[in-house]
Amino acid sequence: MLRFILHRLLVMVPTLIVVSMLIFLVINLPPGDYLSNQIAELRATGQEAGLAKAEFLRHEYSLDRPLPEQYLVWIGLWPGPNGFHGLLQGDLGWSFEFNKPVVEVVGETLWFTVILNLAAVLFVYLVSFPLGALAAIRANSWVDYLAAAVGYIGLATPNFLLALILLYYGQKWLGLPIGGLLDAKYEDQPLSWGKIGSVLEHLIIPTIVIGLSGTAAMVRRLRANLLDELGKPYVVTAKAKGVPPLRRLTRYPLRMALNPFVSDIGSLLPSLVSGSVLISVVLSLPTIGPALLEALRAQDIFLSGFILMFISLLVLIGMLVSDVALALLDPRIRLGKARKAQS
Amino acid sequence: MTGPGMKGGGMEDPVAKGAAMGGAWEHYVDSRPYPDPAAEAPATRFDAHASTGRLMLRRFLRHRLAVLGALFLGLSYLSLPFVDFLVPYGANDRDVEHLYAPPQGIHLFHDGQFIGPFVYPTTGRPDLKDYRWRYETDSSRPMPLQFLCPGAPYRFLGLVESRLRLVCPPPGASLHLLGTDRLGRDMLSRLAIGAQLSLTVGLLGIAVSFTIGITLGGMAGYFGGWIDAGVQRLSEILKSLPELPLWLALSAAVPAQWSPVTVFLCISVILGLLDWPSLARAVRSRFLALREEDFVMAAELMGASPARIIRRHLLPNFASHLLASATLSIPAMILGETALSFLGLGLRPPATSWGVMLNDAQNLMAVETYPWVSLPMLPVILVVLSFNFFGDGLRDALDPYHGD
Repeated sequence: MLRFILHRLLVMVPTLIVVSMLIFLVINLPPGDYLSNQIAELRATGQEAGLAKAEFLRHEYSLDRPLPEQYLVWIGLWPGPNGFHGLLQGDLGWSFEFNKPVVEVVGETLWFTVILNLAAVLFVYLVSFPLGALAAIRANSWVDYLAAAVGYIGLATPNFLLALILLYYGQKWLGLPIGGLLDAKYEDQPLSWGKIGSVLEHLIIPTIVIGLSGTAAMVRRLRANLLDELGKPYVVTAKAKGVPPLRRLTRYPLRMALNPFVSDIGSLLPSLVSGSVLISVVLSLPTIGPALLEALRAQDIFLSGFILMFISLLVLIGMLVSDVALALLDPRIRLGKARKAQS
Repeated sequence: MTGPGMKGGGMEDPVAKGAAMGGAWEHYVDSRPYPDPAAEAPATRFDAHASTGRLMLRRFLRHRLAVLGALFLGLSYLSLPFVDFLVPYGANDRDVEHLYAPPQGIHLFHDGQFIGPFVYPTTGRPDLKDYRWRYETDSSRPMPLQFLCPGAPYRFLGLVESRLRLVCPPPGASLHLLGTDRLGRDMLSRLAIGAQLSLTVGLLGIAVSFTIGITLGGMAGYFGGWIDAGVQRLSEILKSLPELPLWLALSAAVPAQWSPVTVFLCISVILGLLDWPSLARAVRSRFLALREEDFVMAAELMGASPARIIRRHLLPNFASHLLASATLSIPAMILGETALSFLGLGLRPPATSWGVMLNDAQNLMAVETYPWVSLPMLPVILVVLSFNFFGDGLRDALDPYHGD
């Protein structure tokens, strides 16, 4: 098992390298950079004092070097003006837009991002498992149709609109709070049950919105898998032998149908994280979503670069966890992969 | 319980009969022919001789939602070129007398008398207490609609200058069937004109994604080796990246001063740029699987060239699957465009698309007082659902020998 995890971790390294290259390329696509734009503007308005600082920052963060070198400095594989200072050394760079280090800009929002995505994953599992199982057991009943209808709504409604609608009616009918992640009165307060409760209350709508389309996909998948499994001869045999219905379901069919259920979360994660970024912008949640939008608009490359890296890392780690969970659940995968790793 | 030996249920049992006759066994010969022709005859279906195309069509038509989706999409796409003719206003025509006007109804009867389709004129006044616009309908003056009349000028297909419109507002009144927005632009007209961009962005995107996907997937499947490994890894990596943040990053790179058409093309390319991995994988795996089929071997033995095998035997076999998967990935792009434009990083005004229109719905206050501002979500939902149903039906139909 340890070998399996180790192997998966090793595979992640080249992936991360390619991802970081792609991201660096993308954030450098817009012509010009923040500082040269600023320098041009300062020159035009004749502010010499700011000019010196901009020039200093430009040199400090190696923006005056060729692109491949910039990339290596950013990653931390090439010495910058002050030696190795990159992501690998834990220096996330400088946010020109907010005029402070990237660490301070993102700071706490990283945790909220992780919490929000975890909540969404949990929601997907907790809702889609019973709903999918029920839809399969009672195929073509009202439960099945209801699940399908909810699924189609989740699939077809742009999730930012769904967020707005739920936000509006949640506030109007249920008194759910609007926007943010906790009540203003708990801000800068020590951790307490009230604070946690407030955060949970604020998480309800974002979690539902982010998770809904994923839930829809999972319900459909689980329903199809379970229906396939329930139609197999061994289930008929069990029925003929008088195995009670619940045991007949949980003993094997449910376990068989569970495997794809676990592995699918890996393919679902990118869209979940995408959704969380969008929803955070719409509902102004203190995750890295709004900061990303701001950074992209202002060409604040270190900030946007780090956020994109963080999001990708989040997805990759999530996929790793789902792979490990699947391996724990299904010995065939564990052994198959290990054999492949040895050869 | 078929088979000739088991059919004797209704007959007398020969053994019992023999025993009853006492002692000697009588030689018993069943008069029925053996083997039973009814059981031996190959199972025939009423449609055994129908062509594959017919079977597909029949199967597709049985999927009622898919047919409905196909009809809706067909109608929508066919009417795209004539949208300017069909709607009463231009996309950016402002009616300053009617800001945030509510939807108007078309009436047929006035005071119990039939006078054909007409509208009642409305006049708006600002309500300074609630800080909103209020509109009053003057239901004493029916104003009949005009048909095939000269309206606001437009360019038909972007080429021919024209003023002819199907419906025009009666002189002195307005015709806002779905209300107007913040700037007094007609929602219905904007919805229809916005469809031109919103519906084509998916098609262009899928074209880009198809080109990349088929080329890379085909290369991976055909050459194998390190090209295959490289394409596989790259597609795995791209698949594991969250799409939207990358779309955002890419569209942030599109300069704001470019013309709407260029921006539109760029956005379509961006949407297609990240979609190809699943397609490439599908192409590759089908390529690999089909290469091992007997009919390919047969064709090879008969001396067919690789080009002919690919064109005549392989392509038709997976083209249909590709078509179905394309149909299923268009809605993601339409939703992607909506999200990007909603965030202000996709299409920008004066271009009109559903996403651009929904940008106005960002303001919750506006949505509460003027709910018709968020109407563009309806066509988005309808189109996405239609594509999904259509794609599902297509996928089932393309495999007419599978199932039942």
